Amino acid sequence: MVKEKIKVENFNLYFKDKKVLNNINLSIFENKVTAIIGPSGCGKSTLIRSFNRMNDFYNAKVDGKIIFDGININDRNIDLSNLRTKIGMVFQKPNPFPFSIYDNVAFGLKVKGINDKSFIDEKVVKSLKDVWLYDEIKDRLFDSAMSLSGGQQQRLCIARALANDPEVLLLDEPTSALDPKSTQKIEELLEVLKKKLTIIIVTHNIAQAGRISDYTLFIYLGEIVEFGETKKMFTAPENKKTEEYITGIFG
Amino acid sequence: MRKFKEFSFEFFIYLSTLITIISLFIFLIPIFKNGYKGIFPEFLFTFPKNGMTEGGIFPAIVGTFYLTILSTFFSFPVGIITAIYLAEYGKPKFLVDMIRTSISTLSGIPSIIFGLFGLSFFVVRFSLEVSLLSGSLTLAILSLPIIIRSVEESLKSVPVTFKEAAYSLGCSKFETIYKVSIPVAFPNILTSLILSIGRVAGETAPIMFTAATLYSRRLPKSLSSEVMAIPYHIYGLVTEGVSPEKQIPIAYKSAFVLLLLVLIVNLSAIIIRQKLRRQRRW
Repeated sequence: MVKEKIKVENFNLYFKDKKVLNNINLSIFENKVTAIIGPSGCGKSTLIRSFNRMNDFYNAKVDGKIIFDGININDRNIDLSNLRTKIGMVFQKPNPFPFSIYDNVAFGLKVKGINDKSFIDEKVVKSLKDVWLYDEIKDRLFDSAMSLSGGQQQRLCIARALANDPEVLLLDEPTSALDPKSTQKIEELLEVLKKKLTIIIVTHNIAQAGRISDYTLFIYLGEIVEFGETKKMFTAPENKKTEEYITGIFG
Repeated sequence: MRKFKEFSFEFFIYLSTLITIISLFIFLIPIFKNGYKGIFPEFLFTFPKNGMTEGGIFPAIVGTFYLTILSTFFSFPVGIITAIYLAEYGKPKFLVDMIRTSISTLSGIPSIIFGLFGLSFFVVRFSLEVSLLSGSLTLAILSLPIIIRSVEESLKSVPVTFKEAAYSLGCSKFETIYKVSIPVAFPNILTSLILSIGRVAGETAPIMFTAATLYSRRLPKSLSSEVMAIPYHIYGLVTEGVSPEKQIPIAYKSAFVLLLLVLIVNLSAIIIRQKLRRQRRW
């Protein structure tokens, strides 16, 4: 039986007076990969950014609930710092800090105020191993993260998020800037990571959603068109629009 | 016809560039030619003698050094914090507009006005006398707009993706600024600060009535001492005194020293920036 990790109820989001997300109701299941697909500008990124309140920086107004660990994260009084360490995020363009590889992974721990060096060392190594990066770069932990390839940088960003021990990992088109080989590596990695955490991924690549996700959410013009198990949606979609999008008639 | 247009356009580009370079050399050559002889070490490390007609400019170098360092002591903190406010907070709008208007007004004021302001405000109103302190404060106000603008630019050039990453890892706004924005912008911030030092070191008018004295046989003892300063010393050598034929060569030498100092400061800024940037590509 699958367990519900996040529940979205009657969620609306506005930028200024424009309604960007309309009446979203949704469950995200634990230890599953949920893919969000849809054409450009339909609100995919805005939706995924709602799970860790990153839309706050663009003065978004919201109503409705997003319940995580029994708490509505849209509450005004919520500890955002704590929320964002529990719900980590990886962005479209690899964005490691221009610091050393080590400092990148240790960043979140230091922000939390952890000073125990041996603990941080251990955590850095473990996080890098978790993303299969450690063996590639173990001799240059203190080199600049900017010296890594794009695919390595993106895995470093995943490691940086993992160092915070998140329960949920949000990925906003994580492979759209990467070559096919690096993409494949990240897809395989997510397959392993979902044993330990819950993954939500926005993707432009319908085939990718089909390959790696357990659940798929198709949104169009800020509304959910269809949500369900990926297998079912890709073989027998209920909605005509979904079928058209998946088969490439529009999008 | 099109070819001709293309040609004449390029011609003017090269011509303008050439004019710039030539003017620089026309300006530099006489100073270097007349100024370089016998600089080291006597001229740098001796006191002026016989009413500025002989001797070196040691107290002026020391005075310029003190004035510059002390003015940065006032201007850096205020400038940097204001720049952080403008670049990272920028709210409420009326306050930002007010600060911006103040900055552009300040940067448009002729430097002699700063001198007069310093005289009436620090020297007279606050009874700080003609002193190192009055001069440094005046210079600090003069350099504020330069510092604020360049530090703000440095902070704004930090890619927003870095800030997003910091927030997504649990940073508060303040933590994002001091753990990501400032470290990332640091090479540029440092460069702008050093360049502002070079600018302050060469100012004459602001210190004329607030800090500088033409002739001193002693080094400044405290913040309330008058000081000699290289730019004002040059001004004095050329405009006052009784034996121009002896003073003009000294003025050339002093100008050479001042140019050299400013050049060294600016060069070190460039070197530091290159060094720090090498590890930071994005």
